[in-house]
Amino acid sequence: MSAAIEAASAGVKVLVIDANEKAGGQLFKQIHKFFGSSMHRAGVRGIDIGRELLEKCEELGVEIWLDSLAIGIYDNLRVAVDRKTGFNEHKMILVEPKKIVIATGASENAVRFPGWTLPGVMGAGAAQTMINFHRVLPGKKVLTIGSGNVGLIVSYQLMQAGAEIEGIVEALPKINGYAVHASKLTREGIPIYTGYTVLEAHGKERVSEAVIAKVNPDWSTIPGTEKTIEVDTIAIAAGLKPLTGLAHMAGCQLTFDRFLGGWAPIHNEHMETTVPGIYIAGDSTGVEEANTAIEEGKLAGTAIAASLGYLDEKEADALQEAAWERLKGLREGAHGAERTQAKEHQLHAYAEYMERRGEVG
Amino acid sequence: MAEYIDDDVLVCRCEEITAGEIREAIRMGATDVTGVKRRTRAGMGLCQGRTCEALVQQILRQELKGEATPESIGFSTPRTPQRPVTFGTLGGDDL
Ligand SMILES: Cc1cc2nc3c(=O)[nH]c(=O)nc-3n(C[C@H](O)[C@H](O)[C@H](O)COP(=O)(O)OP(=O)(O)OC[C@H]3O[C@@H](n4cnc5c(N)ncnc54)[C@H](O)[C@@H]3O)c2cc1C
Repeated sequence: MSAAIEAASAGVKVLVIDANEKAGGQLFKQIHKFFGSSMHRAGVRGIDIGRELLEKCEELGVEIWLDSLAIGIYDNLRVAVDRKTGFNEHKMILVEPKKIVIATGASENAVRFPGWTLPGVMGAGAAQTMINFHRVLPGKKVLTIGSGNVGLIVSYQLMQAGAEIEGIVEALPKINGYAVHASKLTREGIPIYTGYTVLEAHGKERVSEAVIAKVNPDWSTIPGTEKTIEVDTIAIAAGLKPLTGLAHMAGCQLTFDRFLGGWAPIHNEHMETTVPGIYIAGDSTGVEEANTAIEEGKLAGTAIAASLGYLDEKEADALQEAAWERLKGLREGAHGAERTQAKEHQLHAYAEYMERRGEVG
Repeated sequence: MAEYIDDDVLVCRCEEITAGEIREAIRMGATDVTGVKRRTRAGMGLCQGRTCEALVQQILRQELKGEATPESIGFSTPRTPQRPVTFGTLGGDDL
């Protein structure tokens, strides 16, 4: 949406395609105030940022197709879209834009243990979508796996929604997320089991109990430390990885970086991938945060406007420079150095790849 | 996570492939995600490995020890459609 706003305000005709019923991605689930390195928006709720972006899109006349899925990108920037055309009605449409921005976000990492296929075992993000978007409580007695910010925030929100949090299991020796979020839970007496993992889950029709145990640094479990906890839901918050399917299919080159969640498309400083005309922004080019996603969207949007002749170069350069300046500030927070380095690596990899291709072609 | 997944635990839910079957494929010579996919169908189902890819990568890393890098292990190749689509939508009204 941020890319759409930048491009549309310069006069570019923009179409946004989103698989959800509402545009704005993760933001509409983030009812908590924003944290961390978010310079000027630290006190703003994600949902409000989403609303603001959506209003701006509407003002600028950006066309938005909801409940519509981009199922593939092919040669010459053609995109196949499963478009919702009415109640229970969908149609395949081939869209042929001049430029594409891929901002598909990330998907949740899975954890496997015997019993993980039982109903009631789900991603923490899925649980959050259920409570904050669909207003359905996934269960009454929840065990969360992972004490990163997602695990902590979702646990707290599940508690606010009326569930009991039986505990949070964290394999590392210490809590992984911010203390502000953790203390909200510990104040309520919710145990955070650091140095523990889930051994298995039992249940018939759905999960009814989880067995947890202490782990050694090499991940072997310590016999005799098992604990059985009665639960009806296990929420897994084991990190996210960039959703790169469309980019990969289009032929965009990827690199691996664990600080960005794994494989992600490489790009130049305008966020253009190794496939000319395809740009990438947000979590799909490295799992970070909402504000970095918004700035990357701006980079892509202004670059597109400039390359289509809607923005003169000088103006575009100034906008780009300002966005990079803000990104630099945003990447000073948690794991900032690692993220900065990983992002630089993507830019280098892009330059190297294009040079190599130039030599061959 | 770097946890050991027991042989009888399902890793790929779409195609019902266990960790043991993936290890067997590695013993038979698979050295990357695609090799495991060819031998077992893990990652070839509805979700195209969106869920199990990271776990297949993890098992490859554990089994191949020092010989494997993220680059050598690779990832699953995405195909159209990125998510399930009905035949009606694909074929249009004339089907
Ligand atoms: C629990 C939780 C708490 C968070 N808290 C914070 C916080 O406090 N502060 C902060 O800065 N960040 C926070 N974040 C992170 C932030 O939400 C993300 O970094 C941000 O939303 C990334 O934006 P994005 O546009 O890249 O991706 P997303 O918001 O994930 O949007 C991707 C969109 O693409 C759509 N899509 C994907 N594939 C397709 C397709 N093939 N066709 C059509 N549409 C498709 C999806 O439906 C989705 O709407 C949090 C995340 C979580 C999960």
